[in-house]
Amino acid sequence: MSAHLIQDEPDTRNVLDRTTQGIIGKPLSRPDGLLKVTGTATYASEYDIEGCLEGVLVTAPFAKGEVTSIDDSSVTGMPGVVAVLNDKRMTPRAIQGTAGEAPHTGLCKVDYWGQPIALVVAETFEQARDAAKHLEIEFNSEDAIFDPAACTPEPDDDPTRQGDLGKAMSDAEHSVDLKFTTESHASAAMEPHAAIAQWDGDTLTVHASLQMLNYNISELADAMKLDESKVRLVARYVGGGFGSKLGVSQDIVAASVATMQLGRPVRVVMSRQQVFQNVMRRSETSQRLRLAVDHHGKLTAFGHEALVSNLPEEDFAEPVLQSSHFLYAGKNRLLQSETARIHRMTAGSVRAPGEAVGMPVLEAAMGELAEKAGIDPVQLRLDNIPTKHPATGKPFGSHKLAECLQRGAEAFGWDGSDRTPRQRREGEWWIGTGMASAARVHNVGEAKARVTLHDDGTAKVETDMTDIGTGTYTILGQIAGEMLGLSQSDVLTELGDTRFPRGPGSGGSWGAASAGSAVFVACEALREEIAQKIGQPVDALTFKDGLVSWDDGSVILADIANGENFTKEGHFEPGDIAEDYTASGFGAFFAEVAVNRWTGETRVRRMTGAFGFGRVLNAKTARSQCLGGMVWCIGSALTESLMFDPTDGHLVNPDLAEYHVPVNRDVPDLDVLLVEERDAVASPIQAKGIGELGMCGGAGAIANAIYNACGARLYVFPMTPDKVLAAMPVD
Amino acid sequence: MKPFDYIRADGLDLAAQQLSHNGAMAIAGGTNLIDLMKLQVETPAALIDLNPLPMNQIANEGDGLRIGALASNTAIANHAKVRADYPVLAKAILAGATQQLRNKATMAGNLCQRTRCYYFTNIDQPCNKREPGSGCGAIEGIAKLHGVLGTSNQCIATYPGDMAVALYALDAQIEISGNDGAARTMPLREFHRLPGETPHIDNNLDAGDIITGVTLPAPVGGTQAYRKVRERSSYAFALCSVAAVIAMADGRFTRADLAFGALAHKPWYDHRVGEMLIGEKPSLALFDKAADLLLEDARGFGANDFKIPLARRTLAATLCEATGVEA
Amino acid sequence: MALNINGNSFDLPNDPRTSLLDFIRREAGLTGSKKGCDHGQCGACTVIVNGERINSCLTLAVMHDGCSVTTIEGLGTLAEPSALQKAFVDHDGYQCGYCTPGQICSATAMLDEIKAGMPSDATDDITAAPTLTDEEIRERMSGNLCRCGAYPNIVAAIREVAGEAT
Repeated sequence: MSAHLIQDEPDTRNVLDRTTQGIIGKPLSRPDGLLKVTGTATYASEYDIEGCLEGVLVTAPFAKGEVTSIDDSSVTGMPGVVAVLNDKRMTPRAIQGTAGEAPHTGLCKVDYWGQPIALVVAETFEQARDAAKHLEIEFNSEDAIFDPAACTPEPDDDPTRQGDLGKAMSDAEHSVDLKFTTESHASAAMEPHAAIAQWDGDTLTVHASLQMLNYNISELADAMKLDESKVRLVARYVGGGFGSKLGVSQDIVAASVATMQLGRPVRVVMSRQQVFQNVMRRSETSQRLRLAVDHHGKLTAFGHEALVSNLPEEDFAEPVLQSSHFLYAGKNRLLQSETARIHRMTAGSVRAPGEAVGMPVLEAAMGELAEKAGIDPVQLRLDNIPTKHPATGKPFGSHKLAECLQRGAEAFGWDGSDRTPRQRREGEWWIGTGMASAARVHNVGEAKARVTLHDDGTAKVETDMTDIGTGTYTILGQIAGEMLGLSQSDVLTELGDTRFPRGPGSGGSWGAASAGSAVFVACEALREEIAQKIGQPVDALTFKDGLVSWDDGSVILADIANGENFTKEGHFEPGDIAEDYTASGFGAFFAEVAVNRWTGETRVRRMTGAFGFGRVLNAKTARSQCLGGMVWCIGSALTESLMFDPTDGHLVNPDLAEYHVPVNRDVPDLDVLLVEERDAVASPIQAKGIGELGMCGGAGAIANAIYNACGARLYVFPMTPDKVLAAMPVD
Repeated sequence: MKPFDYIRADGLDLAAQQLSHNGAMAIAGGTNLIDLMKLQVETPAALIDLNPLPMNQIANEGDGLRIGALASNTAIANHAKVRADYPVLAKAILAGATQQLRNKATMAGNLCQRTRCYYFTNIDQPCNKREPGSGCGAIEGIAKLHGVLGTSNQCIATYPGDMAVALYALDAQIEISGNDGAARTMPLREFHRLPGETPHIDNNLDAGDIITGVTLPAPVGGTQAYRKVRERSSYAFALCSVAAVIAMADGRFTRADLAFGALAHKPWYDHRVGEMLIGEKPSLALFDKAADLLLEDARGFGANDFKIPLARRTLAATLCEATGVEA
Repeated sequence: MALNINGNSFDLPNDPRTSLLDFIRREAGLTGSKKGCDHGQCGACTVIVNGERINSCLTLAVMHDGCSVTTIEGLGTLAEPSALQKAFVDHDGYQCGYCTPGQICSATAMLDEIKAGMPSDATDDITAAPTLTDEEIRERMSGNLCRCGAYPNIVAAIREVAGEAT
């Protein structure tokens, strides 16, 4: 029933290139598309469950201290109010991704402004929301540090030190030594965090907005002191995640406690303000870049240092330097980071943790270095691509940076011959161009999926893997169809339910390669079984359009089944391969911007991205992932910034009016080039992740374009008009 | 949201009476009020829904135009006469919010909208406007959206809208029906207040007053422009905005009605600026002098310091575009 | 005292606090209209009332006596999707799908606004009838946030249905 593959070696068989159904990689539309466009796809809070109570979280109006008393009677007499809950199992902050254990528990100790301290449950939402505003609490608040620059940071483990960076800098023909800051980001998924919990006296069922059910079930079971077999999580449709729904969050535990205590289903949906105040932020960063080149344009010094922040006791540190470790060569290297302990809400994963802020800064510094050295910035990158990991010496599974740079430059019409700023003006707008490399480490994880071949010749894929908009439903169906010789419409994919085999979940761009490999493994086992039934070696068989054929025969797939369903569970594990190879997606961004000479307003006029991320499983959904990443580049370059009050540490702009994610008009037509490759190291289907690569560096291209347009060299992201205006030469 | 009585208005006089009761508030489009009620920034005991009142007409009045208090932002911006004769008004409306919001937002509601100060909308923060005497979180906090003109030590909030800025440039009149049924008009430029010692009072409406309409004077022609500087290209409040009605003869200004948004607790109209420009030949140096006058008392609060140079540059940009001065 | 949603009549709620959005999602059981922010800052709740698109989160159900509301479920069905619904699928004009019903309601009303000659902030000459350039589509769709960043595909889907964009 089960087939297990531990990948210890590169898989160069390229099986999906030898199959003949011809759907893998094709830009097929999503099978779940019609549900989404007709409003019939059901998200976490939308299940119509009889007798469901409504819970609203009450949050702390102070950043650090202790709640000393909660006066339930201040609200229990209000219409419809059923209960006030402050239970020691409830969680003040979500757990980091892939933890697989209970989050922090207990609401009385407060560590950040806006932390949940209680749940008010009432018959209706309006009653609960009103009562939550009236709950009287007493607390002792303490002084706390909110500014990362105001405390002594902790050094992180394992800095990279090679050669002598200082000497290389002073000996170099051309060098830059630059300090940058990036502001804190919010995931701001469109669907707020939400849960409906139901306890039937034996089993806890929770419909929730989550990315990683495989880990989440362990987290919730641990928090509730239940056996995992007594917990079921369902997340069939998830309205965006971007890292914010990796771990079990406050709403889910609160709803679970409430339903077990009250014996009725309970729905808890965070308000948008609570999502901003409670859900993990991306840390702000301070970064120092020291880069130097010799007279051949070869990097001799590569220094990248970062200061990030998090709450005390949180293990996560924004991995700013993640791709800096291997993106460019350079013998003298220093890479180190530090973490400041401050009392803002938890810092955790927000789309492309690390590269999302490390790459734009590195690429802006590379842009300035190219200018100093008088080198075409594309050429500077091309001349410094390492042949193996500069620190560990591990070879790359595949590496398409050069091709992405060249093809991207060609598609964009890049001219690197004269990079003098302020050369082109249209009316009151300065026009300029800039470019950047893209890089994002490849992740892959253990995954299981079940594939059933029905006696009617259709197939079903089942895994608790999620589709958070990435296209999981689509690509898993395509992999199964390709392997079994079925059209897209003959494969049904069911996701997002812990009753199914455990998938990897969506996060770190690892879903497609991991879950896809599990489906692949299951299908290989099914093909093998079919081959045995037919009495032919599997390599002799062709699966296409519901028919299995070989040299001198063929049989209809449904007939092989002969009234039976064949089921195989595929179990994929990455194995030792990560210890022997470096796997990463690479790419290149090219941007043209207009900067208003009066006001500093910046608009991106066009942008090209070229990306190599292994096998393309679906050209339509992969392109969409790239588009999304590039839109995030625009947001992080120009508008996105969480602002914290210096006095009490509260988040000043906890809503979508003042946290500026890009709107439609901010985004021009975006040109995406999918640079096909096969990465035998990345996964048995030669695919890597693409959910994040598209935002890893592009903000640097926009920063370089702003400089090229108007001569404003900025060292702060986002580059809002006030910042651009302050840096723009007066004309 | 606190419970409230919902009352559909049945005639202007009765509505005025109902609005005179403590805790009663009028609702029209609701796009600002319901937002604030959900946050419990506003906690009316009764909501008087004015929508049944016949106050949404837009019609010629004398040589000018009368716009009913309940006319939607969309209806105003789409009105042929507004587009032709008062384009600054149409442009300002279209620069604000989104089509969905403009379809609901009304003339009177838009004039009465409250500040977007983040400390005002967060009931766990001090705010003299929301809770007199509680202090101002913004002055020592993050004051990015905040005012640089006409502020007080009590409040540095801004009026956030766009439409009213154009109406200030056009010198519109506002019609108000008092709780005794008596109608009165006042220049709109005198409608909104500066914070002073009473930042909780946004405008000069009394209890039971109902705005019935706004009248525009006869069209003045000229070049009309609305320039809004914002972080996003759409759906964002202004960092600074300028509404301009400019006329020239013989290469000199004959009219320069300028109003500014996002700089103060009310749309900012400084008559001295226009008066200084009239009779002069447009030039960058002149625009700079106009900005000197406009901003002579300007004061920043850290995060909004940029508004002072930005206002200068936005004024120059607007005047360059209107007059054809090459910069 | 009733309002009509997609051709069906519903009694107004007893609690006047009920937003039109909550009424649609809870009382009428039509969860296609989404709550993304509840404050008119995202557009996910966009529905069409008496022919005009509005944010249903920022209005009260009791204020809509006699009104005719069209939600995403009223525009098309799985069996018979509207042209825009089909185009959003073809062009991958969504990812997570949460903003999608609001996008499509908005786009549906927007095409009518163009036909009616209504100007926008992107219209150069506001005295003339607008033409549906990409910039016009982008401005007119800016009241609907899409955090997944499907904007270019949304514009492509609308452009195809409008059939006249430049």
